[in-house]
Amino acid sequence: MNAYEEQEYTQSFNIDLWKKLISYARAYRKDLLLLALVMVVSGGIDAVFPLMNRYAVDHFIVPGELAGLWIFALVYGLLIAVQALNVWLLICIAGKIEIGLCYDIRNMGFRKLQELSFSYFDRTPVGWIMARMTSDIQRLSETLAWSLVDLMWGIAMMLTTIGIMLYLNWKLALITLSVVPILVVTSMYFQRIILKAYREVRKINSQITGAFNEGIMGAKTTKSLVREEENLKEFEELTERMRYSSVRAIVVSSIYMPIVMALGSIGTGLALWLGGNGVINNAISYGTLVAFISYTTQFFEPIRQVAHIFAELQNSQASAERVFSMIETEPDVKDSPEIIEEYGDLFTPKKENWPPIKGDVTFHNVSFSYKEGEEVLKNFNLEVKAGQTIALVGETGAGKSTIVNLLCRFYEPTEGEIRIDGVDYRKRSQLWLQSNIGYVLQTPHLFSGTVKENIRYGRLDATDEEVVEAAKLVNAHDFIMKLEKGYDTEVGEGGNRLSTGQKQLISFARAVLANPRIFVLDEATSSVDTETERIIQNAIQKVLRGRTSFVIAHRLSTIKSADRILVIRNGRVVEQGTHFELLRRRGYYYRLYTNQFMEEKEKEIMSQMR
Amino acid sequence: MLKIHMSRMNSGPWRLLWHLMKDNRMRYAGAVVVTAFSALLSLMPTLVVRTTVDSIIGNKPIDIPYWMEDVILRLGGRDVLAHNLWICGLFLLAISLINGAAVYMRGKWTAQASESTARNLRNMLYDHLQNLPYDEHVKAETGDWVQRCTSDVETIRRFLAVQLVEIGRTLFLLTMALVIMFNLDVKMTFISMAVVPIIFVFSYIFFSKVKEAFRLVDEAEGRLTTVLQENLTGIRVVRAFGRQAYEIKKFDDKNREYRDLSYRLMRLMANYWAISDFLIMFQMGIVLVIGVYWASQGTMTLGTLLTFMSYEGMLLWPVRQMGRILTDMGRTQISLARVKELLDKPREDMNEDGLKPDLNADIEFRNVYFEYEKGRPVLQDVSFKVKKGQTVAILGPTGSGKSSLVHLLLRLYDYQGGSITIGGVELKRINKKWLRQHIGIVLQEPFLFSRTIKENIALGNSRAGEAEILEAIRVAALDDVIQQFEKGYDTLVGERGVTLSGGQKQRVAIARALVRDSSILIFDDSLSAVDTETDAQIRRALKERRKGVTTFIISHRITTLAEADLILVLDQGRLVQSGTHEELIRQPGLYQRLWALQSQLEEELAEESNMECSAQ
Repeated sequence: MNAYEEQEYTQSFNIDLWKKLISYARAYRKDLLLLALVMVVSGGIDAVFPLMNRYAVDHFIVPGELAGLWIFALVYGLLIAVQALNVWLLICIAGKIEIGLCYDIRNMGFRKLQELSFSYFDRTPVGWIMARMTSDIQRLSETLAWSLVDLMWGIAMMLTTIGIMLYLNWKLALITLSVVPILVVTSMYFQRIILKAYREVRKINSQITGAFNEGIMGAKTTKSLVREEENLKEFEELTERMRYSSVRAIVVSSIYMPIVMALGSIGTGLALWLGGNGVINNAISYGTLVAFISYTTQFFEPIRQVAHIFAELQNSQASAERVFSMIETEPDVKDSPEIIEEYGDLFTPKKENWPPIKGDVTFHNVSFSYKEGEEVLKNFNLEVKAGQTIALVGETGAGKSTIVNLLCRFYEPTEGEIRIDGVDYRKRSQLWLQSNIGYVLQTPHLFSGTVKENIRYGRLDATDEEVVEAAKLVNAHDFIMKLEKGYDTEVGEGGNRLSTGQKQLISFARAVLANPRIFVLDEATSSVDTETERIIQNAIQKVLRGRTSFVIAHRLSTIKSADRILVIRNGRVVEQGTHFELLRRRGYYYRLYTNQFMEEKEKEIMSQMR
Repeated sequence: MLKIHMSRMNSGPWRLLWHLMKDNRMRYAGAVVVTAFSALLSLMPTLVVRTTVDSIIGNKPIDIPYWMEDVILRLGGRDVLAHNLWICGLFLLAISLINGAAVYMRGKWTAQASESTARNLRNMLYDHLQNLPYDEHVKAETGDWVQRCTSDVETIRRFLAVQLVEIGRTLFLLTMALVIMFNLDVKMTFISMAVVPIIFVFSYIFFSKVKEAFRLVDEAEGRLTTVLQENLTGIRVVRAFGRQAYEIKKFDDKNREYRDLSYRLMRLMANYWAISDFLIMFQMGIVLVIGVYWASQGTMTLGTLLTFMSYEGMLLWPVRQMGRILTDMGRTQISLARVKELLDKPREDMNEDGLKPDLNADIEFRNVYFEYEKGRPVLQDVSFKVKKGQTVAILGPTGSGKSSLVHLLLRLYDYQGGSITIGGVELKRINKKWLRQHIGIVLQEPFLFSRTIKENIALGNSRAGEAEILEAIRVAALDDVIQQFEKGYDTLVGERGVTLSGGQKQRVAIARALVRDSSILIFDDSLSAVDTETDAQIRRALKERRKGVTTFIISHRITTLAEADLILVLDQGRLVQSGTHEELIRQPGLYQRLWALQSQLEEELAEESNMECSAQ
């Protein structure tokens, strides 16, 4: 189906992957060591408790003595105090590792996302990236920290237990421990299928969420198509599958527990039988018998834990694979080392070396293809003098943004070069170019925060006065002042508390504040009321003045005022020239223009009637 | 505390839960019985060990109930058993096996009962939401509804599947263990329960308090996600302003905030686990030391001590867990209330007993009045007649009531005054399903389901064959869209697939409406995002195809309007003009002005070439 569907989990254990993950955890080496130590001590003490019981039975109860009981109580108290401290330490340390690791990998991932090229975002859905950055990284760090906890504890407790049992009575130990290999094998087997079963449940669960989402969003359509019953039937199949899988997952666990319990009780039974005989024959003490019974009733717990970890690791491996695949992606557009040396990178720009920009743009024999073999531009040439306006015209999806993408170096030409002020832009840093380009989008994107913060995004060190000035220039000031808190009004997530027109004006102000030499405007098609439309038109004219501009144009007035028009169809530039030249040609532009003329006027008439 | 919760069970939310469990109450009852049985059985092995250690290996008198003593006698009495201790071992295994069976049954029955209940609840919600009136969906807060249907249902399911069982098991275990312990040694029982209330109350209070810390962490995570999401959706803006470093700083701030809050929570949890573990181990220590004291004095047997020790181990951890579960019950109640709120919304009346007349007939609107809110008419005094098979074009500014008018035809809304008839039958007397099945409507912003293009089209008519789908694709001018995709019409669209543009979506929706073979077709401004040329192409194809299908088209494109048999001009809810193209171009009004645009364009072009001449 889709490349970004839930990927199947690799079954084999990938050593390299874990090595890599552990290398990320290098910063926590000391914590990891300490944690391992705490867990070994904790597991050891847990295994020692039955030994305490044995001591009590053999030294106090059987002989009826009380001498030393206080010391015994003291030692016991000390043990539980140490154990409580261990619990506290283990949670704090494991928590620190988990949370810290999560923080580190997220920051690393985010940094990588800022470097990756547009081609990556074009083929990777936002949802996929979000899932990697949130749940996968979370699971990864969780597993690394807490698996270690359980693993160390489990192993320490098992080894200590076995050691003590062998020491107390090696014959009895060997006999009662004979069930352990079976326990291990059964646990490994069951933990794997239990986890698999729950994974299936999770998968269906996300499908159900999807179905609810779609059912609610598509309800109006459903109603008009009278598909309620069919939809319900499909949904019922899904929930029935969910029921079946959930029950199955629980039933599998419900089979596992009794088996483990039974195996454990075989151990206890053997201890009672043979140990009891030993007591009767005076071969072993009461205390040893008691200790053996305790050990046999509790040793399935560490085995279950360890088996669970191995199953869990496989699950996390899949998360790790996906996260690393993202972090290790190489950006397609990169500055060469020499360029970085000269102009700095994204994070430490050497602005003092940046040459000033005039704004001449040249496309020289540029060829470009998004996909191999499908050339959308071939030997394209364009000469733009500083301050000129270029309009890109064509239907939706015709490929107008290609030229803009190339200009902004979101993509690089496959052949030929693009020159800014006569120099190939690959000989400058990406940040230099992007700092000199203003970009206003068709669907304006604002960030959560205040109006002021959003405008200031254009130039971070701008004063409040400069922000207001920019807003005034694009006629945004008036409406901003009418907002509840003026410039300090929160715009909401993605700016959704503002209208489309308002968002556009703020994004103009943002671009104006940046004061770029080259300006890219992706004009909106969405309709706004006439008054706002007029204000926006006015703002556009002001913004474009004196700047080299590329406009993906939809409005007649913008198109007509351009110095040159590029007409684009099916990804290619089919006509170019001034408005008059193109009209006279009576070609594709002429048709587009007349259609656009009708559209606009029709809409105008419609809104005038109100 | 438990009492307070129990008494609330009588109020609404818990009654809903009781109602939901309807078909599964017997299974639950069964689960309760085996839970009790299993609790009893899990207390047994300790007793077997005790008797074996004290009276068979040791020489204390047997002090177990008579019938069990009888069993021992039948097996040959103490001496035989002492020489055949394997029987005791076997006995342990047997108990464990029976208990295993009980545990299995408990797991299975609870799972079946709770999962079936959850399934029923999900189905009920889905069905209910689908059948709410159209208006509810216009106003719907999708995110909130989805949340109620998923996370709230999950909370309820977990309560039924895990927490209820856990509460039951702990209560049974506690009572039975107490009975046995009291029988063995009253003083010791009090001692061994001394710290239990403290553990319980400590857990309860801790989890009530720590909620705040959990909330803070959740909120911080939300903020972190927002920054990430906004960065990804606004990646162009970020790049265009070269703000990568700034964004990284912003993300780092939120990430750090989340980290610090999580760590704070983790510390709280560390305190909790350390303290409660200490309390539990302390309690066990008291029992051990005092028990050892008494046992060495001979006032208590070794076996009894072992029993107490082992019961402590079985009881204390679940009791601690109970504190947490009880704080969670408040959440379950909130979830139930939230779900109930959705289910309490009244469903749309489908008029199931209504008439099923032939809808391929004349349509008449007579003095139709309609309002969404009282006193604010959306349509008033609208009257017109449409002959069967005619094409009606509707024109008017935004908010003039065009969409409402066609929505009334499907009875997505109900008119308050006047009458609408199809073939002389009043609309309100017609079965709603029948009505909608025979009317195809393409909404202005159509919704496509997350399926392939072909499947989306087939939604219009599940009986449509390949040929009909292909025909619909041709008429809707979808061919060129489909050709772009490698998999053609098997391309997945929607959330998990390819994103189609507005115009492409509209065309898929048109194809979906076309496969229906409706008696009436409605295009609610559904070609607005399609370019004019494709628009014309679609209309040509439609014209060839629709024979005898009454068609309503809402549009502002003059070329579309001009072809209609009847043109209706609406303004502020009133029908201001109606007639054919020929009639309307002679009357002053909206239509005439639109028509005048054609000549205005010619003038404009001429003027521009003049300007050009003078410029040269």
